[in-house]
Amino acid sequence: MELIWQGLVEAVRLIATGDPEILQIAWLSVQISGSATLLSLLAGVPAGMALALARFPGRSLCVALVNTGMGLPPVVVGLFVSLFLWRSGPLGFLGFLYTPTAMVVAQFIIAAPIVTGLTIAAMQQLNPRLRLQLLALGASRWQLLWLLMREARLPLLAAVMAGFGGVISEVGASMMVGGNLQGQTRVLTTATVLETSKGNFDLAIALSVILLLLAFSVNYLLTCIQQRGRTP
Amino acid sequence: MTAPILEGLDLRVLYAGRPVLEVPRIEVRAGEILAIIGPNGAGKSTLLRVLGLLEPPTSGVVRFRGSPVAWGSGDLLATRRHFASVFQEPLLCDTTVEANIALGLRLRRAASEAVTTQVQTWLAHLGIAHLARREAGSLSGGEAQRCSLARAFAIQPDVLLLDEPFAALDPPTKDELLTLLQVLLRQEGCTTVFVTHDRDEALRLGDRIAVMMGGRIHQVGVPSEVFGRPVSEEVARFVGVETILPGRVVAEQAGLLTVEVDGMKIEALGRATVGERVLMCLRPEDLVIRRRDERVGLESARNHLEGQVEDATPVGAQYRVRIACGPARGGVVALVTRQSFDDLALERGTPVVVTFKASAVHLIPR
Repeated sequence: MELIWQGLVEAVRLIATGDPEILQIAWLSVQISGSATLLSLLAGVPAGMALALARFPGRSLCVALVNTGMGLPPVVVGLFVSLFLWRSGPLGFLGFLYTPTAMVVAQFIIAAPIVTGLTIAAMQQLNPRLRLQLLALGASRWQLLWLLMREARLPLLAAVMAGFGGVISEVGASMMVGGNLQGQTRVLTTATVLETSKGNFDLAIALSVILLLLAFSVNYLLTCIQQRGRTP
Repeated sequence: MTAPILEGLDLRVLYAGRPVLEVPRIEVRAGEILAIIGPNGAGKSTLLRVLGLLEPPTSGVVRFRGSPVAWGSGDLLATRRHFASVFQEPLLCDTTVEANIALGLRLRRAASEAVTTQVQTWLAHLGIAHLARREAGSLSGGEAQRCSLARAFAIQPDVLLLDEPFAALDPPTKDELLTLLQVLLRQEGCTTVFVTHDRDEALRLGDRIAVMMGGRIHQVGVPSEVFGRPVSEEVARFVGVETILPGRVVAEQAGLLTVEVDGMKIEALGRATVGERVLMCLRPEDLVIRRRDERVGLESARNHLEGQVEDATPVGAQYRVRIACGPARGGVVALVTRQSFDDLALERGTPVVVTFKASAVHLIPR
């Protein structure tokens, strides 16, 4: 109990004093996970909408693959991204391994199926006749897609939260493709693992609290946007 | 005759190889209200979607103002924007009532002053001005359908397409909205295609009525023609003819026919040749019942059938009375007000006389 208390006190101290290393780690976590989430939205929302609205052979197989991808173990993603980016691997020439870019790639692979899968669900929970009604009101194809996204904004924001939550909290892939290099690829989760392994529990707790606060802040912001103007 | 604004030619729609719509020709004239009636699954909504350019037919052509519509071209959207549709479900967007009404205009990038004017006008016309700022999700069924109608009218469409807009409403709300719609459509002179399975709605709104069954249009005409002169037994049953008995024309004199039906001689106006086999149709509201022991003065009706009450069922403010007439005890159905029903003290077995005019008889060749 004493250990946890000390950790909490240390967390407050580190946040209050604005420890430069902690701030750098936290900011890098936001940058990497934020970028990965943004990219997964850019790819996942259109893909999810296409899978939800279009009818083509093999669609069910695609949806099943996406749904499987929603539970993709980060270490497996880390392993395959490492293999691809390894110096002798197919994409080794890019020189991305042990860089934040490699971590963004790995986190994107984790978040994209989550965003895609939840976008499919969000679109499919809309009344199927709404599409017809919007077309009948004179919507163009792009206007239709925009209006459907607007109608599904609550579950779509939930998809953003789930995607961000999935990557900000993962450690396996970041550790494997980033290497946890101090000042370069060390993020909150990998730093927590490192400090715990070194027995620096107070620092590990402090990092965990910051991670939780960060996750809470982002989700609180998104929830405020999601629930804006809604009365119970 | 007014030129058609919208036409469908040789329309055919197949679902999984099965034909659900086969309409060689349908035309909607400018300014008219064309009601399409038929039972569920008749293909009415499919036809409306095709005419509204929301679903391409498997084959056939839709013409708007004389020009064939090119499916898949950029002109399709421009042509579709001449139309507005209201469906059975209001299908409002998750926003305020006024934003919903403005939606069609915003999609057309109308100037914001024009949008505001139209929204205010139609909020007032539909009696929902007090709901302008309400979230659409909090509206009752009737309010939501008013909003949906306002949204369609605000576009000022050349053709308004209504797909059973009142089917999900309770009777008083439906009646109120139907009256309001009747006024608004006349006021705006808006060309309308109105799909319904309710023949009373069609009678109230339609300038012309098309009867659809099994994906085909069986009859098109003004209401008196469709309801009074159905072309087939199926149409007759759907438009409310409850007495349909097989018979044979046995005499003809100056347009007055004598038809033998179940051993009874019926006089009818119409054209048929002696010996022709026909179906005799009678609408229940055209029949008058009196007790057989009741004394009557002179009557202009030419047909008097003796029979006995078989059963009576209350229908709204009336009773539907089934009477077994003639030697074959053919069933004739009449509508009687509750007051008359009580005055005549009708019950099972009561001997009665059913009276109707020769002009009330419609004959369908068999």
